[in-house]
Formats: sequence, structure tokens, C-alpha cells
Amino acid sequence: MSDHEYIPKSKAGKWFNDRLPLLTLANHLTDYPTPKNLNYWWTFGGILTFCLITQIVTGLTLAMHYIAHADMAFESVEHIMRDVNYGWLIRYIHANGASMFFLAVYIHIFRSLFYGSYKSPREIIWIIGIIIYLLMMAAAFMGYVLPWGQMSFWGATVITNLFSAIPLVGEGIVTWLWGGYSVDNPTLTRFFTLHYLIPFLILGLVVLHIWALHVPGNNNPVGIDIKKPSKDTVPFHPYIVIKDGFALLMFMIVFAFFVFYAPNILGHADNYIEANPLVTPAHIVPEWYLLPFYAILRSVPDKLLGVIAMLSAILILAVLPWLDTSKIRSAVFRPLYKQFYWILVADVLILGYMGAMPAEGLYLLIARVATAYYFLHFLVILPVLGFKERTIPLPLSITEPVLGGSPNMAMAKKEESKIEK
Amino acid sequence: MSDKVPKRRDFLFTASYAVGAVGVGAVVWPLIDQMNPDASVKALASTEVDISSVKPGNTITVLWRGKPVFIRRRTQEEIKVARSVKMEDLIHPEKDEDRAKNPEWLVMLGVCTHLGCVPLNDKGDYDGWFCPCHGSHYDTSGRIRKGPAPWNMEIPKYEFVNANTIKIG
Repeated sequence: MSDHEYIPKSKAGKWFNDRLPLLTLANHLTDYPTPKNLNYWWTFGGILTFCLITQIVTGLTLAMHYIAHADMAFESVEHIMRDVNYGWLIRYIHANGASMFFLAVYIHIFRSLFYGSYKSPREIIWIIGIIIYLLMMAAAFMGYVLPWGQMSFWGATVITNLFSAIPLVGEGIVTWLWGGYSVDNPTLTRFFTLHYLIPFLILGLVVLHIWALHVPGNNNPVGIDIKKPSKDTVPFHPYIVIKDGFALLMFMIVFAFFVFYAPNILGHADNYIEANPLVTPAHIVPEWYLLPFYAILRSVPDKLLGVIAMLSAILILAVLPWLDTSKIRSAVFRPLYKQFYWILVADVLILGYMGAMPAEGLYLLIARVATAYYFLHFLVILPVLGFKERTIPLPLSITEPVLGGSPNMAMAKKEESKIEK
Repeated sequence: MSDKVPKRRDFLFTASYAVGAVGVGAVVWPLIDQMNPDASVKALASTEVDISSVKPGNTITVLWRGKPVFIRRRTQEEIKVARSVKMEDLIHPEKDEDRAKNPEWLVMLGVCTHLGCVPLNDKGDYDGWFCPCHGSHYDTSGRIRKGPAPWNMEIPKYEFVNANTIKIG
């Protein structure tokens, strides 16, 4: 949102830009004024873009060798692993890439929760983000079905059967999803089609996500509104580009560790057994990134209510900007919220652990308490906290706490009012 | 607004929208219905099973419409237990007499009514079936007794072609 009109220096550039203002867009992206106090938690947007591109590129190359047929899918994946040049590498990057994608998205979401990035005027960015997250889960689930192993088959059976909880039309919907009377070849081919489509839908939504971000600009660790451009901002390039790049390199080290040293640690051994509709594996567990929601599903003893609880746990995030009644964004200035935030983080981690354990005895009890607390946090604690909490006074600018003295503030304010005029 | 007299043009707009909606619906329906079971899937609707080699107390599992079907030859004791259960103790009350017309043979879909896993034989608190996925216990009549599953395991349409053959579907 640079105020000045961009004019390309070269004649050819000007000719092109008059007809399609791509250079204006590029200039906006490089000059984009960014709060100068962004910490490393803000680098995960760039990391997520990298993850999406990685999944699309590796996915495209895998699709050149994969065969979406119930009789051949399992063998074609083994063919990729054993025969295709670098097939093992591409598949391990794709499979672990999904986990890395979710690792990054969870950090990105929890950063938003800590610094109140979902609050006005950034509600639309947040909601688009939640839609992207839902599509990511759909893509990951369908991708996990494609190798047609035991976990693929039974995971697909359990998840599609969630729809059978819907009264009256549930069974019809499940048959429609399957294209038959059980998970079978028609299910596999449509999952492959949708798994191929969804990343491009996500890509489109990412463009909207960034577009919506560039209207109000970035939130920041202090969580106050800042003038742009001003002393409180730096241009995106080179400052943020370098910082994002460094964080990305660190992230890629973690990524490479999984790909090269523990490529199967996040998967399940059962998925190296070909799908068998007559035998269910003894212990069905979804991928780690879905475990908290799985724990919520299992902690409710009723089928329909369990499904409703699980979906609500995700969809409640979409209305978060209106559930959190506090006007203060950053948890830095909210001493009580900060404590409840960390309790929520612990609660979600506990739910994740319980989702991996058998649903019985003490595990089930803990999962039920954690599920209740999850909803309590969003439906009771957040709305009440906004009215009850005594917050710490906000600084007037990002620079103020650093420079301290009020004379500088007065100058900064004068400058800002000049800019406004 | 309400006292405005509709004009010819308002009628044309409404009529165009209505025709347009019908047209969109007509185009969308084939795109949705193509996902339903196709003719080749529906054609595999029935299956005949030879049960002459099944001994009392044993269960065989056959595949029908891509789903497992349990065929259990029950012992006298299992039948006695299944028939003596009080209806008020059941989550989904069904008489064993209605589930197994021929008391010795229990034929049912081996699909847990919770989320579709295949329950394990001779397991669980009621010596019938136990679903390992989310812990549903079924009795010797395949009725849900404990756990998240809402219904008893389904009895498919079947008939005895002769003493040794069952036709499912």
C-alpha cells in the first residue's frame, strides 16, 4: 500500500506496465511496509508458502508414476520407492512434507492466537486461513488413502462413516461418497482427483489471504496500530526477505532430518500392508496432526454428538474474532489471557496425546476433561476475560518502549500527524 | 416497496431466473449423480455361500458388496444366552428370534455400526464381537451392548437355498 504511484524506469517497462501493471504489483510487494519488530514467529507465513510449493511440485512428479486403481495403487507406490529414479526421495519429501506443512500451520495459528492477529480489522484474513486449514486436512486425509495400505483403507472407512451420523440422509451420503457399498476402487479414483485439485484451491486462497493481509498490513508483537510507512516500519525487501529466508533454512534442516534420517517415524507400519477389507488393524490412529480432533470425537459416547463436537472444535475458530471480546490484541499486555493461552496450548497437546492412546480408562477420562476445557476456553473464558481482565497500558508506538523518553514520542507524533495531512 | 405494481420487466426477470435455475439444476444433477454406485457395482448384488464345512462355534467371513459378512454356526449355549437377554438391557432392542430365523445360523454384516470397522470374533465383555477401533461390545446375537455404536450389526437379506447353501442379497 505504498502511497506513491510507481513508474518503471525503462521505456519498455513503462509500456508493459501501462497495459498490465505487474511491475506495480512487484514494487508493492518489495516496498510493502512491515512492522520493524516482527519476531521469528512471523516467518511461518513464508515457510508455509514454501511447504505448499513443495507439495505441489513433488505431488506432480509422483502423479507421473502413481496408478489410481485399487488393484495397482499399492504396487505402484512400491514401484515409486524401488524403481523410479529418486522416487524414494520424492515420495518421502511429499509424505513428510505433509507433516511439516501441519507443523508450520499449527505454529502459524498459535502465533495468531497469542498476538491476537485474528482481531479487527483482520477477521477476513483469519477466516480465509481457517478455510485453508480445513482444505489442508481434506487434502492430507485423501492423500493418505492413495497408497491403499491398511491404514489408508480403514482411515478412509472411519472418516467417511462420520457422515453416516447425519440423521435420515447420512447413509445415502456415505454411499454417494464411496460410489459403492464400501470403500473401493470408485472411492480411490475420486479421492485421487480431489487430492490433485485441492492444493490449487489452497493456492488461490493463499493469494486472497495475502491480499487481505496487505490491506491493513501485518499485526506485530506489540499488537498496536501503526502508521505505514513510518519510523515503525521497514520495507519487506530486503529486511523481511532475509529474515524469512534464514528461518526457512532452519526449517529445512528439520524437514531434511525427517526425510533422510526418520522418513517413516510419523507414519504407521500398518500402511505397508496392502488394504484388506476383511481385517481391521488392531489400533486405528489418524496422522499426528489430526489427533486432537480425533480425541474429541472419541471422548463423546454418542455417535452423532461426537461428530458434532469434533466439527465444532474446528469451526469454533472461525467465530473466534467475535468470541474474544478484548480490544487488546497482544497477549504481552494481557496478563490473564497469557496464562489461559498456555493452558490451551497444553490442553491441545494433551488431547493430541490422548488421541493416540486407546479410548479407555484413565485416557478416556483425561480426554473428556480436556475436551470440556477446550470448549470452555472459547465459549466462556475468552468472552468473559475481555470484560474482567485488567490489561497493561499499551505503548503509543513500537519505538516508544525502546527510546523510552517522552520527547521522542512527541516528535514521532508530530511527524505522524504531518504524514496524515 | 410492497405497493409497487409489478411491471412486465419484473415478470421477465423472475421468469428468466426461474428458467435459469432449472437449467443449472438439470446440468448439475448428472455431475452429482455420477458419484453414486454405478451399474457394475450394483450388478454384484448377491452371493452364494457353501456352509457345509462350518462346525458349531465357528464363524466364516465372506465378502459381499465389498463388505465382510459373518456367518456363525452358534452353539446351543450361545443360542440360550442370546435368547434369554431381557429387552430392557439392550441399547437397540431386537429379539434374537428376529435376527436369526434359524437359531443355529447367525448371518450378519461384519461392520461395526459406529464407524465401519470389522469387529473381532469371540471377544469383548459379552463373548460375541468386539470392535478394536472405538471399543464397541456386541453379544452372541451381534447386538450392541456397550460402547459408542448406536445399532446392532445389520442383518442382510439372505435365504437358505438348501441345507448347505446360503444366498446373501
